[in-house]
Parts: sequence; C-alpha cells; structure tokens
Amino acid sequence: MPVAVQLASRDGRAVHPAASADDPLAVQGLTVSYGEKPALFSIDATVPPGRMAAIIGPNGAGKSTLLKAVLGIVPALSGTVTVFGVPLAKSRHRITYVPQRASVDWDFPTRVIDVVLMGLYRELGLLHLVRRHHREKALACLDRVGMADFAGRQIGQLSGGQQQRVFLARALAQNADLYLLDEPFAGVDAATEKAIIDVLKSLKAEKRTVVCVHHDLATVADYFDHVLLINVRKIAEGPVATTFTADNLQAAYGGRLATAHIDQLKLPVI
Amino acid sequence: MLDPFTSALLLQSGYNTALVAIGAALLGISAGSGGAFLFLRKRALVSDAVAHATLPGVGIAFMVMVALGSDGRNLLGLLLGSALSAGLGLLVVEWITRRTRLAEDAAIGAVLSVFFGFGIVLLTIIQTMARGKQAGLEGFLLGSTAGMLFQDAVIIAIGGACAIAALVLLRRPMTLVAFDPEFAAASGVSVRMVDLAMMGFVMAVTVIGLKIVGLVLIVAMLIIPSVTARFWTDRTERLVGIAGVIGGASGYVGAAISASAPGLPTGPIIVLVCFGSFAASLLLAPNRGVLASILRHRRFQVRVHRRQGLLALARGEPIFDPLTLAVLRRAGLIRKDGVATEAGRAQSAKVLRDERRWEIARQIHQDEAVSGRYDGLTPIEAVLTRDEIAEIDRRIGGPAPVGGVV
Repeated sequence: MPVAVQLASRDGRAVHPAASADDPLAVQGLTVSYGEKPALFSIDATVPPGRMAAIIGPNGAGKSTLLKAVLGIVPALSGTVTVFGVPLAKSRHRITYVPQRASVDWDFPTRVIDVVLMGLYRELGLLHLVRRHHREKALACLDRVGMADFAGRQIGQLSGGQQQRVFLARALAQNADLYLLDEPFAGVDAATEKAIIDVLKSLKAEKRTVVCVHHDLATVADYFDHVLLINVRKIAEGPVATTFTADNLQAAYGGRLATAHIDQLKLPVI
Repeated sequence: MLDPFTSALLLQSGYNTALVAIGAALLGISAGSGGAFLFLRKRALVSDAVAHATLPGVGIAFMVMVALGSDGRNLLGLLLGSALSAGLGLLVVEWITRRTRLAEDAAIGAVLSVFFGFGIVLLTIIQTMARGKQAGLEGFLLGSTAGMLFQDAVIIAIGGACAIAALVLLRRPMTLVAFDPEFAAASGVSVRMVDLAMMGFVMAVTVIGLKIVGLVLIVAMLIIPSVTARFWTDRTERLVGIAGVIGGASGYVGAAISASAPGLPTGPIIVLVCFGSFAASLLLAPNRGVLASILRHRRFQVRVHRRQGLLALARGEPIFDPLTLAVLRRAGLIRKDGVATEAGRAQSAKVLRDERRWEIARQIHQDEAVSGRYDGLTPIEAVLTRDEIAEIDRRIGGPAPVGGVV
C-alpha cells in the first residue's frame, strides 16, 4: 500500500481503482497527524458525481479532519487530493465548505446578509466593493434556505438552526459543484433539518455533489446514497445499499455501538 | 483672549503644539481603525508584544548610527530599527505558537518581557556611552512631544496615510479571516498572509506612534477605540469607522489638553481621553451599555411580575412576593389592602383568557413558528390575527366566570 501512495503523490494521477478524472472528490493515501498519533491514516476514497455522500464514524474518527484536510485547512502529512480530476489549487472555485456552526463567534458584529456576502468574496473586485447584483444574489441564497426575512438581523440574534441555514446560504453563494458540510444537522430544530435536506436534495437534482459529515445513523439511509465509514482508517465506502451494513458499522464503531442499536437502524437488506 | 485649552484645540498655541495635535489625530485614526481588526480577530494582546519588542531596535539603531559617525538622533533611523526588532518579536511569537503546544498568550508574555528587558539593558549601556546625544531616548517609552520637528510630523502623517490605504485594500480579507478563518482558508484566502499583513499594520502603527504615545501606551490606542466602538454598533464597517473617529478625536483632544498646561505628558493624556470615551460608552450606550441592560432587565422583571400577579388574582391565589404587590399597586390594579380594583379585575380576566387562548392556539398551530413565540408576555393580538383569535374564542365558548376575586 505505501508504494501505491507514493506513486499517487508523485505523478498526481488517480491510482484508486474506482477513481476517474470526473470524480468530484478523490483522495489517495491521505494521512493527517496533529502529533505523533495520526488523526487519519492512509485514507483512499472517491465520491462519484451527483451523489449525496455521508462520512460516518465514531467521535474522534477524523471525520471533520478529513474535510479540513481535503480543503487544505489542516496540512496533510502525505497523500493527494484531487477535485474534479485536478489538484485543489486549480479547483477551489468549484468547491465550498460549511464549517461547524460552533467554530465561529456569533457575537461578531455583522449582519446575516454580510455573512452570505462573504461567500461572494472571490467575485468582488480589487477594492472589494459590494454592488447591487451581489446583494441580490446573497438575498436569493438566503431565500433558498428560508432566511430572507432575516437579512438585516444581527447574527447574534439567530437560533442555532437559523445560524446553520445562514452558513448554508453562504456556501450556496459560492455556486460550487462540490459541497462539503461538517455536521450540518447537529443540534438543529426539525424545521431547519427539513429546510437543509431540501436544499441539499435540490443541489443533487442540479447534478452537484454533496458530502456531509453525519452523526445520526438513523437518517443515513433516508438522506444519503453514498457512504464512507472511517475510524482513523477507512472501514468501507460505496453505495448505502451495499456499504451501510451492520458488519461495517460494527467494524467502524467497535463495541461503542450496541448490537441492539444497530437492529433499530433501517439497514438495507442484502 | 482664549483660554489655553481652547487655543490649543484651535491650533492657535504655536507651531509645535499644532504639529503634535495633527500628528496625534492621524495616529489615532490609523491606530483606532486598524486596531479594530485586531480586536475582531481576538488577538489584541499581540500588539503589546509588538510594541515592547520595538525597544531593543531603538537601542541598536542608536548605537549603529553613532558608530557610523552621526549623533544617533535621526528619527527615521530609530524607527527603522524599532520596526526590525518588532518584526523579529512578531515572528518569534508566531513561530512559538505554530511549533509548540504553547498558546499565543504564553508566547506573547515571554517575548514581550524578554525583548523589553533587553531593550532596557541597551538603553542603560547607551547612557554610559561617551559619544552621541542619548538624552531623550527614553522618551520612546512613554512618548515625548516636546522636541517634535516638522519632519517627524511628516513621517507620522505619511506612515498613517499608508496604513489607512492598506486597511482599505485589506478590509474584506481581514474581516473574512477574523469571522471565520476556516471558511476563509477553504475559499482560498491565505489566512497566514492576512494575519501577517494585520500584524505588519500593527507594527507600522506602533512604530509611527513611538514618538507621540510611546511603546508602553500604544496598545491603548490600538484597542480602546474599537472596544468603545463595539458598544455603539453591530456592523463591522461601522465599528472600524467609529473606532477611527474615536482614536483620532482622542489623539487631537488629548494633545490639546496636554499643551494647555505645563508638564502634562501627551501620551498618557491621550490614553486617558480615550478611556473617558470608553467609560462613557460602557455606561451609556443604548443597546450594549451597562445602564441600558440594567433598565431592560428591570422592565422585563416588572412585566413578568405583573403577569404573574394578574394570573394569581384571576385564580384567587394569595400573593406574597413584595415586588409583585408593589408592581400591581403602582399600576392601580390592587388596593393597599391587596384587594383587586375594578381595573385589576378586568385585566386579570383578560390575562387568564389569553392563557386559554394560547392553549388552544398551540393545539391548532403545532408548528413552532407560532408556539415558539409564546413567552407569556407578548400580547396574543401581536402574534395572531383578529380572525384567528375569534376562532379560538369560539372554541373556548362564551366568557366563563373568573373564579376567586369577584
């Protein structure tokens, strides 16, 4: 395996068996470490186009780290990431990111519309002037997540679910082809969960690709069609129907997932 | 004849005073508005490390200039030296934070004290040197404006203008990085470069401020204006603008005050003026100020007690809470002996009826948009339409006799 990783990183071509140049996301031999102990070890994974993919694994499995490493937010120790067949540096405009809501200070002095306008940063000119069409675009994105009425609000006044929707609107403003979301459904109300999943499904209908770090095993089968199970190493990847199985879950979660709990999940019948 | 303060304020107190006042205002504007980004990035303390790290550079620059045969008092040379050593201090803080498990505050503490200590040692050595005009070098500690020359003011003005131009160009990336560094990085913004630019700005402001405010107090000029501005606005651009205005005004007024009486130090007076605006904002600002928040809390408390008291009246329960009794009595809803007045009976019946209406409303609208707005204090008429209330009343039936206090 290490040989394959080396090859991959040397010529940048996909060596992963299922990978092709059109794949929105392909990682090979991705290893990330915050100290001596790896947070992710030699992950190979591919997300085919137009899928709704879930990254699943126990706490500390490196799910968020995987997204951050793909985006270059945390440095990878080794391995390659290709987005739509080219290195990240050349495809940044096609990828967007929704971080965990708790990662920012919501008392920051800014309004909802200003947060969404941050998604349009790359479109602003040298002096970064916000023009009318930028503002209209931002409002349209807010409307898509049902938050248009809140455009002028101070962000500190939002509920957790509303904050999450604003983050999604900011990502929509980037008009990307690949969406990476870190736990978008964590701690949100039912109305927000519905609003978010509707938007994500509409993205899929537009042939865009969505990858979510997801923690709620009960909704995996309903929401997603592709799944990547990790626990520092990759456990399994593939279509939900063949990959989201009791055996794979047991392998990913070990003793931390009671068998009784697995029985309650809507696992696909093979 | 004008009094000394007014004439200083109107730039009528002589050439030097006018230069200092204008220089201090320019410094205040750039320090205030630039410091706002530092404050938003939650790295205010870095400016303290940068400021203290300038001192060895001043000493070394003096020594080098003396060794080259000048008297060592060239301001541009001294500022260049201070910028180099501040830059070094900054890189050391950055390096420690990135390479070790130490948090930034620990790195700042270490760098600040070591650089400052080394600078003091150098100044002491310089005092014993035979050559050069070392008198006044310690003025960089707390600022000294007595012997300010026109060319010094020009250096400050040019430096301040460049700093503000850099801010205009970098305001969006800096805001982006301050609010959400991860999203900024994912969008392809180099967080490290933006942070370095921000620190470079702090360094520039510190260096040009050495002459007026001194390195110990420059931190106040960077931080207090934006902390003050935060009381008045919830928007980034306004915060930056207000901070610039507060900084500039403090610099100008402070310089005028210190010129109006002999022996008043310029830098510390500017900082005190700046603090005055902070203290006033802390107390008096309309939304985030302390008084406003006390008042808001008190008003809310009264509303809660009024509603609880009216409900208790309607249900015929005894009221013991002295605040509840006081609130009801002041509103003329109960008599001195605690018995409900005419108005009290009417209003308590209404409160009880609204409680029932809400119960029905929650059954009808199970979505949280309506029930989420029920806090027991918002009048039902403000949430539901008249038709909806009529429908609810139809379900409740005719006005039922309100038990208890009849």
